[in-house]
Amino acid sequence: MKFTRHALAVAAILAATVLPATAQTSAPLKAEVIHWWTSGGESAAAKTLAEAYKAQGGQWVDTAIALGEQARSVAINRIAGGNPPTAAQFNTTQQFRDIVEQGLLNNVDEVAKRDGWDKFLPETVLQAIRVNGRYYAAPVNIHNMSWFWFSKAAFKKAGIAEEPKSFDELFAVLDKLKAAGLVPLAHGGQPWQDGIVFTATLAHYGGRDLYLKVFRDRDTKAIMGEDFKKVLLAFKRLQSYTDKGSPGRNWNDATAMLISGRAGVQIMGDWAKGEFAQAKQEAGKDYGCSFGFGPNAPYIVQGDVMVFPKTSKPDQIKAQQLLASVITQPATQVAFSQKKGSIPIRTDVDASKLDICAQMGVAAMKDKARQLGNGEIYITPDQNGALQDVLTSYWNRNIPVEKVQKDIVSALRN
Amino acid sequence: MKRRGLAAWGALLPLALIVLVGYVGTVLWTLRTSVSSSRTFPKDDFVGLQQFERLLDNERWQHAIHNLAVYGVLYIAAAMLIGFLLAVFIDQKVRGEGVLRTAFLYPYAMSFVATGLVWQWVLNPDSGLQNAMQQLGLTNFQFDWIVDQDMVIYTVVIAGTWQGAGLVMALMLAGLRGIDEEIWKAARLDGIPTWRVYLSVVLPMMGPTLATVFTLLATGVVKVFDTVVAMTQGGPGTASDVPAKFIMDHLFGRANLALASAGAVMLLITVLALVAPLAYARSRQKTQGGH
Repeated sequence: MKFTRHALAVAAILAATVLPATAQTSAPLKAEVIHWWTSGGESAAAKTLAEAYKAQGGQWVDTAIALGEQARSVAINRIAGGNPPTAAQFNTTQQFRDIVEQGLLNNVDEVAKRDGWDKFLPETVLQAIRVNGRYYAAPVNIHNMSWFWFSKAAFKKAGIAEEPKSFDELFAVLDKLKAAGLVPLAHGGQPWQDGIVFTATLAHYGGRDLYLKVFRDRDTKAIMGEDFKKVLLAFKRLQSYTDKGSPGRNWNDATAMLISGRAGVQIMGDWAKGEFAQAKQEAGKDYGCSFGFGPNAPYIVQGDVMVFPKTSKPDQIKAQQLLASVITQPATQVAFSQKKGSIPIRTDVDASKLDICAQMGVAAMKDKARQLGNGEIYITPDQNGALQDVLTSYWNRNIPVEKVQKDIVSALRN
Repeated sequence: MKRRGLAAWGALLPLALIVLVGYVGTVLWTLRTSVSSSRTFPKDDFVGLQQFERLLDNERWQHAIHNLAVYGVLYIAAAMLIGFLLAVFIDQKVRGEGVLRTAFLYPYAMSFVATGLVWQWVLNPDSGLQNAMQQLGLTNFQFDWIVDQDMVIYTVVIAGTWQGAGLVMALMLAGLRGIDEEIWKAARLDGIPTWRVYLSVVLPMMGPTLATVFTLLATGVVKVFDTVVAMTQGGPGTASDVPAKFIMDHLFGRANLALASAGAVMLLITVLALVAPLAYARSRQKTQGGH
């Protein structure tokens, strides 16, 4: 008796939810999306995508999986196992190159041609998503993973009036912070964070040309050269400004040291803004930001993309194309980046709603000569991992710089 | 008789299938992958021992193996020694035996991740033991092994021993309780000191228990992963890296199935080298016992 009552209730609920949907003239295009936007600000950003997609006749089925690595391996396993999602998040790197080469992704050439992606997408992003002239991913946003963050409170305590405008000034600032008894460089000693500091040093101390020679050309002569040696020494010098508790620290704990004024500088991606925002701190007032030094400082480009696994179901293909188009529209772009802390993939947007750091980023992106891909845009995940091993050993141990140069050559060779 | 055999086989069949497909099958698959050039997806080509060469050339792998050896020797020795001493202590028919036994065994009930996190907090020089001691007035107190390149692997040994010693105690205690009371009476009559009885009489009689404990601890060593990840993430740098972490990193983050498989095969060989002599010795014991 009880059972039938339950069954009736279930049937009633089902009817109530299913009927309105079927009553519509055409069913919404269902799109299951795997992503790893799970933290507070991130999931709010993902929601803006879902809503934009819904507004244009779609239905977003959310499959959020914490941790990028985890989410990507779930996506790859489901693609390989023949039960792919409609779309899956990857980074704007070579992470999904293998899947393209195996022929397991649908291209979105139609959307790219119609919307004119070539016209507004930065070259570095195109380089990651275009394989043999076909477009295999829709870019979502641009992250710069090596910003310099400054704690105004700590600067005040150390009597520093101005934020550094060159790498040499950065070292001077760090020295002053050290003299004032503060932690000069708040750093989380985890391999990927060591890698971020290295990328920043190579781009802003070594310069654009050397950066491209190392990452894009994997030029042995440049890596063994004097200029690159100086970069490595500057990188190692930065390590001397960290505190003893640095190894193993999480990046947000390092940001918290800036928020409390215990530390002066952090080199970290623009997602650090979320931590400042949560502590009710404001860019320009409580903390300073800089993506590099000087008027021609390169802007390092990384970010997220959506890839579209192979399917022959017509409504799934339609959903994929609609999604690709919605994601790249200017309004969606601004709404997403506002929540995410990133910047839009296109510069023809109304940036006034973004914070001042992001506005600086959008302005820099307008100059093509300043765009520089993150290392992973040029090298494979495997090479990047090997490079990270070398760098983190060097950061933490006393290894002769010449040996490090040799190790980097062999890390990038395989 | 024959029917009963069939029923037994029928009951065993699911297990046999799981072992064949789930264990032996995947081992063979890993072997196959380790001699291919697979990246994100498995490939069917054959590149010989190239992956193994690359692996053995890799400094991080060498370091991980070195760490595993240090960890293995110290952890097994410390866990067995402390576990045995705890067992002897409880065997003295102390009061509150139940409470003590539970307390000593308790760490083993914790997951490796929890163990690693707890010890990470305790050993963190900024917020843990060192800081607490310094605030108590011992300003010279220093204990920062966890951020020290050369000492960090020993902190993993400490955490592992803290967790594993209780289990060793429980097993050893069972072994001790299995020793005939008559032996103790005889020894007392002969006026042999207690420590001597433990060392020369009881310990040799506990051979099977010791072998079990050793095997348990040794397999724990080879698969050590979670403690390190939770405690140090392999750091500082790669100073506390272990082979299992190397394999996991290459399997997922670095999309290099072949190299990860080569690493897994190397681990398997290590385990076989450890377990095979033991199994051989046991089988010989059995045949001798049969005479």
